[in-house]
Amino acid sequence: MSVDPSRRPAVRASELPTRPLGRASTLAMDFRLQRADFGLAVKVEVPLEGVTAVFGASGSGKTTLLRAVAGFERPDRGRVVAGTDTWFDSATRTDVPPHRRAAGFMFQDTRLFTHLDVAGNLDFAARRAVAGGGFDRADVVTALDLEPLLHRRTGSLSGGERQRVALGRTLLTRPRILLLDEPLAALERERKADILPYLEGALSRFGIPTLYVSHDIDEVARFADRMLLLSAGRVQAHGPTPQMLERLDLQPAMGRFEAGVLLAGRVLRRDPRLHLTWVDVGGDEIAVPEITGAGGAEVRLRIRARDVALATRRPEGISIRNVLPGTLLELTPGDAPGFVEALVQLRAARIRSRLTLAAVEELGLAPGMSVFALVKTVSFGA
Amino acid sequence: MDLGPVWLTLLLATVTTVGLLLLGTPVAYWLARTKSRAKPVVEAVTALPLVLPPTVLGFYLLVALGPLSPVGGFWLELTGEALTFSFSGLVVASLIYSLPFMVQPLASAFEALGDGPFEAAASLRASPLAAFVHVAVPQSARGFLTAVVLTFTHTIGEFGVVLMVGGNIPGETRVVSIAIYEHVETLRYAEAHMLSAGLLAFSFAVLVAVYALNRRFPPHVG
Repeated sequence: MSVDPSRRPAVRASELPTRPLGRASTLAMDFRLQRADFGLAVKVEVPLEGVTAVFGASGSGKTTLLRAVAGFERPDRGRVVAGTDTWFDSATRTDVPPHRRAAGFMFQDTRLFTHLDVAGNLDFAARRAVAGGGFDRADVVTALDLEPLLHRRTGSLSGGERQRVALGRTLLTRPRILLLDEPLAALERERKADILPYLEGALSRFGIPTLYVSHDIDEVARFADRMLLLSAGRVQAHGPTPQMLERLDLQPAMGRFEAGVLLAGRVLRRDPRLHLTWVDVGGDEIAVPEITGAGGAEVRLRIRARDVALATRRPEGISIRNVLPGTLLELTPGDAPGFVEALVQLRAARIRSRLTLAAVEELGLAPGMSVFALVKTVSFGA
Repeated sequence: MDLGPVWLTLLLATVTTVGLLLLGTPVAYWLARTKSRAKPVVEAVTALPLVLPPTVLGFYLLVALGPLSPVGGFWLELTGEALTFSFSGLVVASLIYSLPFMVQPLASAFEALGDGPFEAAASLRASPLAAFVHVAVPQSARGFLTAVVLTFTHTIGEFGVVLMVGGNIPGETRVVSIAIYEHVETLRYAEAHMLSAGLLAFSFAVLVAVYALNRRFPPHVG
C-alpha cells in the first residue's frame, strides 16, 4: 500500500458520460485493427482531461492502442477523433500523418536522438511546438530539473535522466494529448521512485490530458483519474480509478497481488512520537505511518486485499492497529483455488480482503454478516 | 613524370562521388524505407555493376552513349561534343559503375536505424523530410563516410569501363589506371612503378584514415 498526498480532489463520480462520438474535449477511439497474431477492437471515449491509465496484462493491446492514436499503427477501419479533430476515419479515408497530430508520444525506450546533446533534443521539439502559449522551454527545464543535463550527451545519461529528458522533449511540442507508453517500465524500483515525483509534478503542472500505459497498479493508483482496462485486445471496463480498483470482477485482469482498494481520505492528526498519521476515510479512522501533509490534506490510501484479514468479533490483545467494523457485502471466488475475495462495506468506504476458503467455511462467512476488517499497519509502508 | 593522369583521376573520382551522393542517397533511402514490391528489382539493378564484368558494362555504355544513340545524340546536339571518348562520358560511366558502392552502405546505414528515430521525429512533429535531414542523415554519419570513401577509391581503381568508354586520350580520359597499363605495355616499368606505388600508398592511407575515424563515430544505436 502506498500513501500519497493527492494532488487533486479525490473522486469524481461518473467520469464517462455517454456522449456522441467526436464531441469536443473527448478522445474517441472506435476502431478495429488486425495483425497476424493479434487483434485490437475498441469503442471507447475518454475525457480530454487529467490522466487516463491504459491498464492490462502484456499483450492486451495497450501499446498498440496508443500507437493507433499517435498514427503509428493504421486501424483497418473505424475512427480516432481528438476533440474536434478527426485523426483517422476509414469511412472518409482520413489518416492524418503522425507529425500533424497534436499528440506527444513518449516511448518506453525514450528514443532520444543520439547525435544531439540534451539541449539539442529539447530544441528539436521546441522548434516544432504546436502554436500557442501556456509554457515554454524554460518552464519545462525547471519542472523536470533538466538544467544540469543540458550539455550532456544522451549516451551518458542514467535511465531516470533519459526518461526525464524524453518527457521534457515530448512536453515541449505542447501536445493536446500526451501519450506515455510505460515510461517507467524500463527502470529499477529505486529509479522509479526518483522519477515519479517529476512525472507527477509535470502532469499536474502542465495539465496536458494524458493516456498513460502501465501494467503497474501502484503507478495507476497513484496518479490516474480513471482507468481503461484492456484484456485480449478489448476494453474490458473503464471508469474512475477508485471504483475500478474496487470491482471484484476485474480481478483476473488486474493481477493477483494487486487486488485492493483505493480510498480517498483526509488527514486528521499526526503523532510525531509514534510516527503515525490518522486519516479519516468516510467516517472511519485509519492509522498510517507518518506522512507529510498538513491536517486536512487529501490523501489516497491504497490497501491491498492480501493485507486485510476479517474477524467475526472484535479481536482483543492484537497488534493490528486498524480494526474497522463493517458489513460483508460480497464473496467471490479468488484468483487461485482455495482463495476467496470479500468486499466489506465500512461506514462509507469499501474495503477488500483476500481470504482462504477454509477460513470462510470455518467462520461461516456470508453476505450480510457483521465483520471487522483488520488492516495490518505494516502494510502501509510505501 | 607526367602528373596529368593523377589530376584527371582525382577530378573524376571527386565529381563521381559528389554526383553519387546526390543521386545515390535518395535511392538508398527509398530502398531502406520502402515496402514496395519493386524493391528487389531496384536492388538488383543497383547491384548489377558489382557482378558484371567491366567490359560488359563498358560495351553497353559505349553503345548507349555513342553519338548514334538517343542519349549520345542528345548530348552531342546539346554540347557539340560526343559522350564517348570524353571526360563527360567517363563521369556518366563512373556514376553507373560506382553506384553500388554508394547505395549499399547508405541503404544499410538507413536500414539499421529502424523505425525508432523516424517515429520519434514524427512524434515531435517533424515532417518526413525534416526527419531525413535532421535525424536520419546525421545518425548515419558512419554509413556516409564508408560510402564516400568506397565510391571515391573504387572510381580511382576502375579500368575496364574507362578503357571501353573513354579510351586513352591524354588530359581527357587518360586516368592513372590506364596510364599504368600503357606504361607496362610500352615497357616503361619505372613510370608504372611510380604510379602503382603512389596508388597503393594512397589507397592504404585512405583506408587507415577511415578505420581510425570510424572509431570516433560510434554507431548510433538506441
